[in-house]
Amino acid sequence: MRRSPPQKPVDYLPIAFPAIMLGVFFVIPFAIMVAISVFERVQGGFYEPAFTFANYARFLTPFFGKVLAFSLGLAALVSAVCLLIGVPFTYMLTRLRRGKQVVWLIALLGVLSLSEVIIGFAWSTLLSRTAGLSNLFVWVGLMERPEAWTPGFAAVLTGLVYQAFPYTVLVLYPAFSRLDPSLMEAARTLGCSPARAFANVVLPAMRKTLLATFIIVFIFALGAYLLPQILGRPQHWTLSVLVTDQAIYQSNMPFAAAMAVFLVVASLALVGLSMAITGRKGAAGV
Amino acid sequence: MTDKITLDVSRRTLLAAGVAGVSTLAIPTVLRAQDRSIKVGVYGGYFKDSFDNHIFPEFTNSTGIAVESIAEPTGEAWLVQLEQAARAGAAPADLSMMSQVAMLKGQSTDLWAPLDMSRIADADKLLPQFVNSYPDGKVAGVGAVAWYITLVSNTDVYPEAPESWAFMWDPSNKDKLGLLALVSNSFLLEVTAKTFFGGTEILDTDEGILQVMEKLAELKPNVQLWYRDEAQFEQALKSGEIPMGQYYHDVTGLAAADGFPVRSTFPKEGGILDSGCWALSRASDKSDEAHEFINFMTQPSMQALMSRKVGTAPTVRRDTLDLTDAEFASVSSDIAPVVPRYDLYTTKSDWLNQKWTELIVG
Repeated sequence: MRRSPPQKPVDYLPIAFPAIMLGVFFVIPFAIMVAISVFERVQGGFYEPAFTFANYARFLTPFFGKVLAFSLGLAALVSAVCLLIGVPFTYMLTRLRRGKQVVWLIALLGVLSLSEVIIGFAWSTLLSRTAGLSNLFVWVGLMERPEAWTPGFAAVLTGLVYQAFPYTVLVLYPAFSRLDPSLMEAARTLGCSPARAFANVVLPAMRKTLLATFIIVFIFALGAYLLPQILGRPQHWTLSVLVTDQAIYQSNMPFAAAMAVFLVVASLALVGLSMAITGRKGAAGV
Repeated sequence: MTDKITLDVSRRTLLAAGVAGVSTLAIPTVLRAQDRSIKVGVYGGYFKDSFDNHIFPEFTNSTGIAVESIAEPTGEAWLVQLEQAARAGAAPADLSMMSQVAMLKGQSTDLWAPLDMSRIADADKLLPQFVNSYPDGKVAGVGAVAWYITLVSNTDVYPEAPESWAFMWDPSNKDKLGLLALVSNSFLLEVTAKTFFGGTEILDTDEGILQVMEKLAELKPNVQLWYRDEAQFEQALKSGEIPMGQYYHDVTGLAAADGFPVRSTFPKEGGILDSGCWALSRASDKSDEAHEFINFMTQPSMQALMSRKVGTAPTVRRDTLDLTDAEFASVSSDIAPVVPRYDLYTTKSDWLNQKWTELIVG
């Protein structure tokens, strides 16, 4: 296989298609959004082309700061929980026989085929007072009377983790299945307990994968706008919910766009920060 | 049946039949009926089903114009889609049923094509409050139906019907209520003003509005669900998960008729009266069909049919209708309604929305 950099225009052909797709479906819409974010809102109407920072100014209040902080915190918590469950799960999954691994992976892919609406309504039923899991606990004798576990923070977290978990495993899986088993064996031979070997050898070797997974799930959770509405109370609404409100219900596109730009910038900054931190650590470790 | 049915259809025949069947299903109703057609947007769910089953076929039978009904989302979400589409010269629906707040917002951007009232035979029978006009007097929308938002409850959980909106504030109702999440479709400011401040005049000033919001904030511990999506609350109301709240009188009536333990009550302060107009997108080229449609739907006989089949209140004068007293009472009430302050939602919409969001989120 030729590894030299492209010389003639023809050499760029293989990447032309993805590049065009990225341009048409990501760069252009994003540019339109940035443009609209400085347009002028016409109250009771729609919007008009202009150049104003009023939409950004409206966002810079303690109220939206609180909502943004909550959204980022929730997304980080979802990522952390997903990794906490996903890492041991994926590690054990890769130790299984091939056939069993395929069954698990197909089941996880099955979850991805469910729409957010279905997941939301299913969890709201499962956690409800009238038809939910608490009835089962009452029947077993663990609880006295059924309780409503939704809406609430735990319900939002559960829903989001459920939805993001397959992504977590799918991102971790290739790295874990390529992990050299001799690393673990060497650690065991040198007297490590399995848990210690996992914590001191496997996890550090996987640092980059873990960070990549964290970032993917984080951004995925940050964009969630349906589950917080279905499973949460108003104080659990993320910034994405408020963006939806402005765009869809208030027909205030400029303000919605400004909030969305803010959300993108904030998440990119966090991603950049975490990469910078681990990059330096990685360099020091080598 | 004693004959054993033999199934010796070849795989190929079966596939062919399948393809034929699928393509039959895929041909839009429009093509099967006739070449004149119109796309009409109505609120999805029970509401659209009732229109599809009872109302639109009458129109097609009488005029030969096929109706392709489009399920539109609640209120302003549809307005945004129509507005964006009209800017690009497209009309996802020619005519849409629009609630008042959305109607007024569309008027401010000239989204609605002016309607010619001389082509609507029963125009003189319409109640004046149900005709929307532009400042220059051109008609932007003609009243389609009126509906009430009332105090609804689950009859298993509340054997006695509540009498007043004030009951929602009762501490015994902690975590029991489902209320609409947006200031512009819940009209809870008007309800609170009429229930506790003697009328909606208090909403004339910003200080008054904040005072009403303060009273409304006392309600928060009782609210289990602030809903945007009607299906979410309807389900919870039927099961008793969230046994009380505000909801549409017509749909609650249909659910009760289907045997669900729900009831709709007109509180003594009145139900919230809102209405939908037929409005024509300026990007539509079906103006003739639209006028015929509005002309047909404005007839008192059709208004009565909608009251009987959909449960909506008529937009034409009572004396022109053949509804019995009992039929009229089932879709309306003699108690003076809570009339939304639509002016607020256009002149102060952003400020109201901001304060409201801070009220329920904070």
